[in-house]
Amino acid sequence: MTVADVLLVALGAVTLGAGVLVVTGRHLVRCGLWLVVSLGGLAGMYLVLTAELVAWVQILLYVGAVVVLLLFGVMLTRAPIGPSPDLDRPRFAGLLVGGGAGLGLAALLVDAYRWGRVDQPPPGTAARIGAALFRQWVLPFEVVSVLLLAALVGAIVLSRRGDR
Amino acid sequence: MHPVIPYVVAALLFGVGVYGVLVRRNAVLLLMSIELMLNAVNLMFVTADTSIVGVPRSGQVFTLFVIVLAAAEVGVGLAVILRFFRLRASVETDGVGAATETDAPREADAPRAAVRPDPDGEAR
Repeated sequence: MTVADVLLVALGAVTLGAGVLVVTGRHLVRCGLWLVVSLGGLAGMYLVLTAELVAWVQILLYVGAVVVLLLFGVMLTRAPIGPSPDLDRPRFAGLLVGGGAGLGLAALLVDAYRWGRVDQPPPGTAARIGAALFRQWVLPFEVVSVLLLAALVGAIVLSRRGDR
Repeated sequence: MHPVIPYVVAALLFGVGVYGVLVRRNAVLLLMSIELMLNAVNLMFVTADTSIVGVPRSGQVFTLFVIVLAAAEVGVGLAVILRFFRLRASVETDGVGAATETDAPREADAPRAAVRPDPDGEAR
């Protein structure tokens, strides 16, 4: 166990714990705040995995934009302040499928990788990622920009007050 | 560094997200669970990028793409949820199809109605 492994285990535990609280919590707003903890833990894991740019983009876009948007959604739909009693369906099917998917994938990956180790790759700085993005992946990049524009227009069209 | 650790974390996080999607009734919480699943996939991409030698940096580039897709998805998803909330004053996903059938005609002609000038609606 190197330092990187210990950090990965700790951050992974934080991420998973916060994720479980997101899907089991009784307070809507607190679920959103636990999501921040979970995504922040993931950003830490990206840093340990030497993906610098992705980690900062994660914090900027997920923690900064997506979670704020979700909290806006919670508040615009007039969520109650206290605990909501009726948030969950019966748990059995969810436990079966979710647990099956998670544990099955985990078993598959453990079987594939065992306890093998790899060296830390060179860090994914903005320069490296930018070079890969604009040399190999230019077309997807442009398509994604068109998709963002379409999503923007779609969101505006959907949310404007159409009645009378 | 042992790549199996982040792989297992990603698999379990995906399972947590699946559980949330299946169990949660509130549509906003459903979106949060979908975010968890997307993040599990991102973690898997980044880990594969460190542990598979050959294609340089492609995993991290794909992670960036997925993050952008998630942002677009949340924007449109919240617009749909707010629209639904305005229609039914609730964001419960139970009985969405059955209950909106009766309201469907009114919703269907809404885009045509929106063409007419709307004194207070444009700001929303």
